[in-house]
Amino acid sequence: MPSSYPEIYFPILVQVLIAIAIAAGMVVGSWLLGKRVRTRAKDMPYESGMVPVGSTRERFSVKFYLVAMVFILFDVELVFLYPWAVVYGELGLYGFLVMFLFIDLILWGFYYIWKKGVLDWSREEPAGSQA
Amino acid sequence: MNFFVLSLLKAAIVISVLMVSLLYLQWVERKVIAHIQLRMGPYRVGPHGLLQPFADVLKLLTKEGFIPSHVNLFFYLLAPFLAVSLALISIVVVPFGPEVELFGVRTTMQLTDLNIGILFVLAISSLSVYAVTFAGWASNNKYSLLGGLRSAAQMISYELPLALSLGAPLLVAGSLSLREIVLAQQGTILGILPNWMIFQLPAPQLVGFLVFLIAAFAETNRIPFDLPEAENELVAGFHTEYSSLKFASFFMAEYANMITMTAITTTVFLGGWLPPFPETLGSNWAPAVIFALLGALAVYYSRQAPRPKDRRTLPWVGLALFAVAAIFLIPAAHPLLVPPFWFLAKAGFLMFVFIWVRGTLPRFRYDQLMQFAWKFMFPVALVNLFATALLVALFPR
Repeated sequence: MPSSYPEIYFPILVQVLIAIAIAAGMVVGSWLLGKRVRTRAKDMPYESGMVPVGSTRERFSVKFYLVAMVFILFDVELVFLYPWAVVYGELGLYGFLVMFLFIDLILWGFYYIWKKGVLDWSREEPAGSQA
Repeated sequence: MNFFVLSLLKAAIVISVLMVSLLYLQWVERKVIAHIQLRMGPYRVGPHGLLQPFADVLKLLTKEGFIPSHVNLFFYLLAPFLAVSLALISIVVVPFGPEVELFGVRTTMQLTDLNIGILFVLAISSLSVYAVTFAGWASNNKYSLLGGLRSAAQMISYELPLALSLGAPLLVAGSLSLREIVLAQQGTILGILPNWMIFQLPAPQLVGFLVFLIAAFAETNRIPFDLPEAENELVAGFHTEYSSLKFASFFMAEYANMITMTAITTTVFLGGWLPPFPETLGSNWAPAVIFALLGALAVYYSRQAPRPKDRRTLPWVGLALFAVAAIFLIPAAHPLLVPPFWFLAKAGFLMFVFIWVRGTLPRFRYDQLMQFAWKFMFPVALVNLFATALLVALFPR
């Protein structure tokens, strides 16, 4: 059985190198092969054949930011759950109670954002924002 | 044998099997979808369209690799690169079989037994959200931007139930190493059911399995969660502005992610390489029987096939299947062939489910998709984790 660090991580290094080689090959390969012709119409952003209207760099719905923030909160909670789950066999019922208290606190936050409507995507949004 | 040579050899085998299955997964998907819709599917290139994947690759290779002038070049090129490279890495920790001895060399049927295997997989798979987001943003196209944003929100939302539902098997197995999770699933329950995570007492993970599978659909952007590329509202979503091999990269990444997800599901919930019934009941002989039955079916069907061509070719297919069955009959080859067979059979079945669902279900609406993730999947996964924890604490092994 491999036990030392080089023996465990060498295959990962090999796989990463193979993956990078394949990925780079695919990105560069399409540049090397095939002819390229530029025309004005081809250079436009594709909008179903119409002349593009306005800029893409517009502001978009705040919902996306909210989801990202809520995700960070619960993902950090998850990071605490993983080591707890691995050593759970030694902790037993005590471990259950402690983690239950911790998650309970977080769930009150979840209840709050639920009631605040962060998770309701179909609700009418304030004027001026667009999704 | 030198360890480094051995691992290079194993990496070569795994990557070639992975690439071939990537090619043929698309063929299988098109065939299955076609038959669900009462069509024939690819039929022209090679017998039953078997050479279609190569034709597709050739076509995409020779297409114009166009880079529009309105894109942000660095991120535009980085996105397909990230998508492919990240999708191909995770397979490194998946165990395909137990420890075997071949020509006097002992090795595990796994590239590396990382003791934080599951964390590694989650880390790599959560990075792939960047590929889609970069692609959507850098394309400087409104459809792409919407697709990329939707995808980012969707993937991070479904990552919570995905990771939470993985927590419960970890808790039962007490390890993050995928090999040890498989080893924790040995044996049977009441002598009939396999001791896999989805059946294992005291806390069967059926709910966790379903939550994980649904979240896996969302993570790989498959129907019914393919909002990022919803073609009838967003043209092609984040890959609207990509062509040629860069376009193919995203498809390859999607299929590679699908393979990784099915492999992880098999390993964590369905007992990995372990057979569905114990060796004492003859599970070592089951693959031979299955292949022989398939061969017999091919020969039988060839006698009444409607197409004259099939009448000539199907007996040969049957013969090939009999040959495979014969290989599986050799007892010396059992430890080498049977565990990967069960692993591939389970993973293959899950891939079929992925395709089956695509042929059956319509697409979600975006607000329904997000509400489903946060208001249903997340609480269910959390309750499942704590129910498991309580049961494990009350009935320790």
